[in-house]
Amino acid sequence: MSSLSPAENKARRAKNAWRAAIVSALALFRPGDWLTLLAASVFCVLSFPLAWNSAAAEKAVIRQNGRIFAELNLSRDRRINVPGPLGITAILVEKKRVRVVSDPGMHQYCVRQGWLERAGEIAICAPNEVSLQITGREETYDSLSY
Amino acid sequence: MTRSVIRLKTTPEDHRIARLAAAAIALALTDSAIPLPLPGIRLGLANSVTLVALARYGWTAAAWVTGLRVVACGLLLGHFLSPAFFMSLAGALCSLCALALSIRLSRRCFGPLTWSLFAAFAHIAGQLSLARLWLIPDNGLFYLVPLFAAAALVSGTVNGLIAARLLNEPKPACALETRNA
Repeated sequence: MSSLSPAENKARRAKNAWRAAIVSALALFRPGDWLTLLAASVFCVLSFPLAWNSAAAEKAVIRQNGRIFAELNLSRDRRINVPGPLGITAILVEKKRVRVVSDPGMHQYCVRQGWLERAGEIAICAPNEVSLQITGREETYDSLSY
Repeated sequence: MTRSVIRLKTTPEDHRIARLAAAAIALALTDSAIPLPLPGIRLGLANSVTLVALARYGWTAAAWVTGLRVVACGLLLGHFLSPAFFMSLAGALCSLCALALSIRLSRRCFGPLTWSLFAAFAHIAGQLSLARLWLIPDNGLFYLVPLFAAAALVSGTVNGLIAARLLNEPKPACALETRNA
């Protein structure tokens, strides 16, 4: 012990203090508390897939001038062209996602929006009067407001 | 003009509750000053005081301490009767219900940690239900459940450990309790 330098001694003391703190914290658990902690952890872990997959996208609805132009099943990859007043809006389904790949509109907002993958997401190509929306099993609101 | 003095009769129990509530309010204010990444998630340090009150003086005392803390914090932080206040009230009421149930579990097997975890999860359940029913009527809210559940796990464990540690200390002496009576 005496051969240790002051710095090493300090480090060892800090390490021992940590160990003592952990040991004294563990001593506060009663047998059933472990059970509760385990149940709570399991709930936490399970809640991730349950909450984040439930509203998985199922299909995409393409509207042209307000009328439904096509309903696409997202499990089948394909490309579809939608004619509008300005030209062709091209929509691509790939790996359960969908996006607008090209649009004759000026600002390209709907193209720049990229991939849509969650129920309720929508891309609107207003100049060409085309909208692309993902719907899940149940209808969701398209905005949060109060 | 006669000077009238209004004197409230207070019992030692009132003093005890006032002291605990003061500690809870101070902790809650400290808590709200700690920045955390997600709005609405806080450590809830004041809940360890509730747990101590519950273990030492029973559920009624715990309910008083919590109620006083919620109202006083609402006034001090300026959200009294605003949505944030009702969110914290809903959380507090649900935790108190959970505590009333969990205190009935065998004390030999289940300690403050269990109570704390029950209360923490009841808290998020109450807040999420109120938010879903009233503030944000959208199922998208449930995307946040895992984050809130993880927060409840951490804060429930931390507060349970703090409360268990405090309860290991000897009970304050009676003389001290009534010192200011």
